This record gives sequence, structure tokens and C-alpha cells, in this order.
Amino acid sequence: MNVSTGKGGFNQIHEYDSLPHSSNRSTKPEMALNRADVEKIAHLARLQVDEQEAKAFAASLSRILELIEQMNAVDTTGVTPMAHPQEAGLRLREDRVTEVNAREKFQRNAPATERDLYLVPKVIE
Amino acid sequence: MRWEPVIGLEVHIQLLTQSKIFSGESTRYGAEPNMQACAVDIALPGVLPVMNKEAVRMAVKFGLAVGAQINHRSVFARKNYFYPDLPKGYQISQYELPIVSRGHIDIEYDGAIKTIGITRAHLEEDAGKSLHEDFHGLTGIDLNRAGTPLLEIVSEPDMRSAQEAVSYLKKLHALVRYLQICDGNMQEGSFRCDANVSVRPRGQTELGTRSELKNINSFRFVEKAIKFEIERQIDVLEGGGTVVQETRLYDPGKDETRSMRSKEEAHDYRYFPDPDLPPLEFDESFVKAVKQTLPELPDAKRDRFMSQYGLNAYDAGVLTTAREMADYYEEVVSASGADPKLVANWVTGELSGYLNKDNREIADSAVSSTALAGMIKRIADSTISGKIAKEVLDAMWNGEGDADAVIEKRGLKQITDMSAIEKVVDEVLAANPVQVEQHASGEQKVFGYFVGQVMKATSGKANPKQVNEILEKKLRS
Repeated sequence: MNVSTGKGGFNQIHEYDSLPHSSNRSTKPEMALNRADVEKIAHLARLQVDEQEAKAFAASLSRILELIEQMNAVDTTGVTPMAHPQEAGLRLREDRVTEVNAREKFQRNAPATERDLYLVPKVIE
Repeated sequence: MRWEPVIGLEVHIQLLTQSKIFSGESTRYGAEPNMQACAVDIALPGVLPVMNKEAVRMAVKFGLAVGAQINHRSVFARKNYFYPDLPKGYQISQYELPIVSRGHIDIEYDGAIKTIGITRAHLEEDAGKSLHEDFHGLTGIDLNRAGTPLLEIVSEPDMRSAQEAVSYLKKLHALVRYLQICDGNMQEGSFRCDANVSVRPRGQTELGTRSELKNINSFRFVEKAIKFEIERQIDVLEGGGTVVQETRLYDPGKDETRSMRSKEEAHDYRYFPDPDLPPLEFDESFVKAVKQTLPELPDAKRDRFMSQYGLNAYDAGVLTTAREMADYYEEVVSASGADPKLVANWVTGELSGYLNKDNREIADSAVSSTALAGMIKRIADSTISGKIAKEVLDAMWNGEGDADAVIEKRGLKQITDMSAIEKVVDEVLAANPVQVEQHASGEQKVFGYFVGQVMKATSGKANPKQVNEILEKKLRS
């Protein structure tokens, strides 16, 4: 797997770990994204962006982060962080095998198969 | 400088469910490639995951068994990375709010008991398998395993040696099998271990930079890989270098670890709550219901074996390492009605020898618990001696039938007829006048020689106790 390990300012905020749980945060991260940040995010998502697009994304993504920063200013002490917009609990199913084999049908859609395997370009760690 | 190793383990156990964690596809091992990969598993557009209740029960069961906090609300998150055996481009896991947190397992090492903390245990799905053999320069993907439920059990960095790490791992292995939430098969990958290893100068509180060891899927490899890694890091540090945080692969052939990739990318998983799955919530009654299904756990069983059967700690420990072994032992005790210590000797001794030799688990023993009980009964009622019993067991193991049939067929019934034994004793004494003379002049050790001769003459079938009695009587007169 070849993944960029370059450090961008975005590292500060993209980690779920560092999501604020209350507003008493002392450090205020730098919100504006630069082109390097956008390129890194694009690479992680395996998206190809040209220079023009990178500039546009940097601007629009920065606006989203500004909005988040506004929300960070709200005092949420004592509020349980929400994990899902709906007030729903997870539906559970009984542990039963209900699927029937449909391999042939699925593999007809695949670009390449051999000996029942899906074939992809060579990956070596 | 004295160095202190610090080790934490991450263990992935495959949960023993019938179906996958988020789909109704089978989890059976060994199917033809992609026979067990449904639309959800291969991530066709428009599919949605539906959580398997049994996987939740099993995670809670584990949490209860290690005295952990069971979180009545936990959250599934997406761990994003690209690899062809991960069809969705993310793995559904738990990140910030796992189902189980803060438990512990007690290990015994060097006669002392040590508590190893369990940081957390969380539910997640397994990925598929990549086959890198030659497909004209391409890689083959089998998605049968994709979506198999896993419980990742993360320990605190509480272990200080490779041996402690192995003790912990063995304890955990026994536990999940007792709980019947994992078959523990390391070859098939049902029980996988990664180790985080670092060293620091003795007395220092902060941790050194760690490396993560992969591909250590046997108890022996875990020990060897960790030992190697500790030595390697000490060499680096003593040579004035610094340890790099990275993932290292253990190569059993060379008995060394080598760098796999920089761990820095770990910060690039971009976890976020999975919008397809609302929080997993259950109430205390669910937990209580799971609690009722908890079996007697290994430590409790060992203590009971010591008090109930009068076994020593070692035998009780050996017999309770696997639940199947403990059950087998108790079946033999109850079916034979014989001395529990005698039964323990046969199970941990001869029988285990045969199991090891044929590389079999107790569940596949060629001699069933009922059959072994039948044989031990014949020792208890003096039909055969312990020595002859070994021959009987060997025949039983090789399919010659039950103990009574073997004894009958081979004529192994012990000779308990006094006059018959007396006759042999007389013959032995008559044939060895020199030794009789020696005994008369006070050489007591010749006695053993006579016993041996009598046993030899009766092909070991004479009742040893009676032989002793008769010999004593005859030699005194």
C-alpha cells in the first residue's frame, strides 16, 4: 500500500480523536486549508485533482471548517456527543444464514476473474 | 544501562457466529473462493449493513468474563483505507466508543500472579484475502472472509517480557474457547496476535518508541519475535541510534523482524461514525441474559479441581486449560468411580502422550472418556496392573476395542490366584539359590530381583501386591 505520509496542517483537525467534547479547548487550530492539505486529502481518497480544482476545494473546504469552528464556540458541557442524526438505535438481526450463493452473477460484473477469484492489478506490501 | 521491555498485545479473535457481522452470509471456513461473499460483503452499491445480535452477545460475554465495563451504548466508525481485499474502501470498526472497556486478565508467571489490564475490546469486520501467486502479474481476491465478525482485544502495555506476553496470550486463548466465542484456531487465523514492543531505561516512566510486530500467529513465534525485537531495539539504542515507530513483520525462517511500512499512515484512517449504523444500544437485562450463559471459567474450574478432586495445582492447571479436556476428565472420574488422582495421572500422562504423538485434540481422542473409564475400572478392581494397563491403552488407541475386549483377547487378566502365584514364586526361588543365600545374609535389595523374575515369568500379569506378600512369607520361612 502506497500512501502519502506528508504532514499537512489538516492533521490537526481531521482526527476523530481530537473532536471537541466540550468547548473548553485552549488551542484553536488554524482553519484555512492550503493546497498541500487538499492534495493530501485527495490522495487519501484516491481522487485526482488539478491545480484549479485544488484551489477551489481549498476555499470551499475551509468554509466548512469555519462553520465547524463556529459550532466549537458553543458551550456543550454535559451534552452527550451525537453519533447519528436520527434518534434511532441499531437494529439487530438473529444469527442466521439467509444468503444463497450468487457468485456467478456477481462475477459477471467483474472486469476479470480466474479460478473463482476477482483479479486486480498486482498489490504488494 | 539496564533496559526494561514494555509489551502490549492486540488480539483479533474471529467470533463463532453462523453468519457474518453485517450480512446473512455464512462464515464457514474453507469454502471455494467467493462462494460466501454476498452483495453486502462485496459492497455492491445500495446495500446496507444489519448487525448480527449474536456477535454483540459474544462481545458482552467476553467483557463480563474479564470483569470489564460493558458499554450500553457504543458506536461503529469507518476506518478508511484502500486495499483490494477491502471492497468498501473502509472497514466498519469501533473507535471512540467500543462495546467493552477496562477489563483485566490475571496471569501466572514464575509463581507470581500479575494482573494485565485490557484497555478495550471492540467489534469489527474482517477483510478478504489477497492471493499474490501468479495470475499473469495480477492479484487474486477472495472475499469469503470479508465481513466475518472480529473482536479486537487490546491490552494495556503491562507486560515486561516475552514470556509474560505468551502467558497472557495463552490465558486469553483458553478463555475465549471456554466462552465458546472463538475456536482459537491459529492456523486458520481465528486467533491473531500483533505485539507492540518498546524498551526504556529501567526506572524511566515514559514509554520508549514502539514497533508493532505482525505475522506472529503461534505462541512460539510470539515469544521468539518479541525476544528478537527487544534485543534489536536495545542494540539500536546502545549504538546511539533511535527506534523508529513502524510496523515490522516477523520472519520465522530467519527468526528476525523486518520493517514493513511506516506506521505514520495510521493517522490517515480518518475515522468517523458510520452513518449506516446508528449507535448500538442495549439495556441491563440484555447484559444479565448474557451473564446467565457464562460457563465456569478456567481459574474457577482449576480451583474446584484442586478442592473437589484433591489434585495439585499443576495437574489441575493442565486439566483445565481447555474446557474439552476438563469435561473429558470429569466424565472419566464419574464413569469410572475411581480415585480422581489416578484418573488425572492417566489423562495428563499416557493419554496426553498419545494425543500429542498423533497431533490430536482431546475432542478427537481415539479413546473416548467412557472407554478410558472402562480401563481405569479394571485397574481399580485389580483385573490388570498399572503396567499392563499401558499395553491395554495402546491397543485401545489402535482400535482393538474396549478394555475388556483387549484384556480378554490378549489374555492380560491379572493373576490373582494365590496358588498360581505361589507356584511361580517357588520356581523362581528354586532357580536362584545364590540370591536366596544373599537375601538370607541380609541383602534386602535382592528382594526386588525376585519380584522382577516373578513378573517376568508371568508376563507382568501377576498381581504385584500378592507377589510381594507371598515372597515375603516364603523368604521368612
